[in-house]
Amino acid sequence: MRYSYLFIILFLIGCSSGTTPVDNAVEAKVLHYGNGTEPQGLDPHIVTGVPEHHLLLALCEGLTSSNPRGGESLPGSAASWDISDDGKVYTFYLQENGKWSNGDDVTAEDYVWSWQRILTPSLGSQYPDMLYYVQNAEEFHNGTIDDFSNVGVKALNSKTLEVTLKEPTPFFLGLLSHYSTWPVHKPTVLKHGTMDDRNGQWTRPGNFVCNGPFNLKTWELNKKIVVDKNPLYWDADIVELNEIHFYPISNEMTEERMFRAGQLHVTSTFPSNKCEPNIQEINPNIKIHPYMGTYFYRFNTANKALDDVRVRKALAYSIDRQKIVESVTRCGQIPAYSFTPPGSNGFYPDTKIPYDVDLARNLLKEAGYDSGEKFPVLEILFNTSEGHRKVALAIQQMWQQNLGINVELVNQDWKVYLSREMIGDFQVSRAGWIGDYEDPNTFLDTMRPNRGNNKTRWDNYEFDGLLAKANATLDQEERYKILMEAERLLIDEMPIAPIYTYVRVYQLHEDVKGWYPNILSHHHPKYIRIERD
Amino acid sequence: MLGIFLRRILLAIPVLIAVASITFFLVRLAPGGPFDADKAVSEQVLKNLNEAYNLNAPLSEQYFDYMSGILVGDFGPSFRFPGRSVTELIMTGLPVTFELAIYSMLIALFIGILSGVTAALKRNTFLDYIPMSIAMIGICVPTFLLGPLLVLIFGINLELLPVSGWGQLPGDKILPSLTLGFAYAAYIARLSRGGMLEILNQDFIRTARAKGLSEKMVVIKHAMQGGLIPVVSFLGPAVAGLLAGSFVVETIFQIPGLGRFYVEAAFNRDYTMILGTTIFFSFMIVFFNLLSDIVALWLNPRSRDT
Repeated sequence: MRYSYLFIILFLIGCSSGTTPVDNAVEAKVLHYGNGTEPQGLDPHIVTGVPEHHLLLALCEGLTSSNPRGGESLPGSAASWDISDDGKVYTFYLQENGKWSNGDDVTAEDYVWSWQRILTPSLGSQYPDMLYYVQNAEEFHNGTIDDFSNVGVKALNSKTLEVTLKEPTPFFLGLLSHYSTWPVHKPTVLKHGTMDDRNGQWTRPGNFVCNGPFNLKTWELNKKIVVDKNPLYWDADIVELNEIHFYPISNEMTEERMFRAGQLHVTSTFPSNKCEPNIQEINPNIKIHPYMGTYFYRFNTANKALDDVRVRKALAYSIDRQKIVESVTRCGQIPAYSFTPPGSNGFYPDTKIPYDVDLARNLLKEAGYDSGEKFPVLEILFNTSEGHRKVALAIQQMWQQNLGINVELVNQDWKVYLSREMIGDFQVSRAGWIGDYEDPNTFLDTMRPNRGNNKTRWDNYEFDGLLAKANATLDQEERYKILMEAERLLIDEMPIAPIYTYVRVYQLHEDVKGWYPNILSHHHPKYIRIERD
Repeated sequence: MLGIFLRRILLAIPVLIAVASITFFLVRLAPGGPFDADKAVSEQVLKNLNEAYNLNAPLSEQYFDYMSGILVGDFGPSFRFPGRSVTELIMTGLPVTFELAIYSMLIALFIGILSGVTAALKRNTFLDYIPMSIAMIGICVPTFLLGPLLVLIFGINLELLPVSGWGQLPGDKILPSLTLGFAYAAYIARLSRGGMLEILNQDFIRTARAKGLSEKMVVIKHAMQGGLIPVVSFLGPAVAGLLAGSFVVETIFQIPGLGRFYVEAAFNRDYTMILGTTIFFSFMIVFFNLLSDIVALWLNPRSRDT
């Protein structure tokens, strides 16, 4: 017996190697990256999530690439471009030494074929609308036209691509840094399936060919994905990392422990219950950066009680946003007084949502509810999560105290919540929106009539007209004026009540260099270095 | 005995068919579908997706398609992971979950039997009270508490063992196996103590002692064979439970096992994956129950002779 204990102790000591993966990474130039959940896949035309985006940033590249410091897009697969005077025709000149990871040249035809692929209805891509700004793209996707040569994308020669848009669409370049517009290698896709095959095997290690700074090396499901440096990448000289190890860690507590044990350089999130007001001073590894996302409540305007704008305003004006961020979320979130987060590519909305209980009560009275008791019981729908429950509890209390109305909380499993929102089976529901690209349009566009993400049944054609007008306006200053008008209209009609602007809270090891905070939280791995001071 | 064996196998077939059929219709009744996402997809896209996975066909047709697929071992493609079949996903997670289950079970048996038998032999002494109190705590403390606690002590404070992973860093299999094994060790300790106490009072033990056999021989050769039958009966469902219930430990320790696929499939409404894993786990439960019944029958001299 005595010996078995001794054996266990010796074994445990033997296991302790002394150095952690993070220590070993300094020499090996390897980045250990906490990447949220297991990615759905690596086909840029099929996948839809943030973890997938991180991987695709390393593996593939679009015409433009996201700026590591945020703001204007940088050249990517295209070295430069011209824009016609009317803002509708873009001519892209591809990198002369742009290669696929198997050595083939990246050509303009590759882009034409790839865009045809994502717009092919039978592929069932969930992001074809990113290209709807291209002439006839929507028509091709809906089946109104069958001939792809009518769509506004043409290869003028092997390295020149011409794109014709419906409207000037000033944010088009930013949109091109989204992976749904990126190219795929035609011979590889066709070797392992058909053009519209969702289950093609081309994204497996060994088969995978793409044009980014890294190659897919191994992929162990639910364990890790390893990518290594692609020597054929056109800008390979500036890539300093040899490998990136992406770990799919869905549990934030596990991720936090892995970081503390030196197994990760960067985490995807940070447990909110560990957030304190001065957390950054206590632990300098914790980063809190503004993020292009808004946490808000949707009002179902088709609901009898909520179809009156005065009621919606009364509800929105009786939420103390400052208190919510200080006492409930407590992780550096910013109270939101507009739908579009301030600072989205230089757009700062001037809308205001006062916290004014008297005004709110008067509005409710005007709407015919002398006292809150007459108001029907209001339900707040949210998906099961401790964070959402806390915010909902705070708002329930504010509405009950300030307006005297009865509020019930309904939490549902994620898919049930989505389905109830989609069919309009809710009164008030919790929501969040993260920008796909750096422009106010990515927010405001969702509130146009007939947009799947509107969900509030608020169909305002004046708002729709303003956005259409903004998209057709080339002058940025003029365009922002129109968008500001749209934002004001939205906040005046209040189909949604913004609550706070998101922040990205995560942990970053001090060895990681070339990592800059930016509002989309896109950190292009080609600029990242591992150096110990 | 062969008759019992065949009868049990024949009974398992309708059980599995019933499980598959009920699960098939239950998952379809659950609100929300596999393609509902935060970024709403247009009707056109949803139609294309449903067509791509044959979800537009009448439910009865889908049911018969699916059932005939299972007969030839085809569990269909996963909806959540395009390009991967359910069989492939199960086969990826299974070896890991199986390995974890084996280590945990070995730990559980070693600690459980050792402390259970000692407690029975030293009844009403400290060697009985202490292991049994620890066993009671083991039954009560959930793995989601024990796991992080062990990580905190051995991984973060003492820096002896990695806090997560499976086969990536030396020693990363120890903490998850201990966490999962400890709860089962507690059950086994109590079962073996009970079984041993019952046997130790029997006449044949007294005979063995009267023959002049050493206490060691009496315990190992005579008492344990009968005294551990309750443990053997418990092992079948326990192994099945270890396979199907390792989700929590897999999540805490970031282990790429089957349990995570199983639970995440349910959240994602990955219909084929839910069905595939449910059928697979049902099969495992039926199989291990059968196995432990056979071993218990064989160990029990009264039923072995008939």
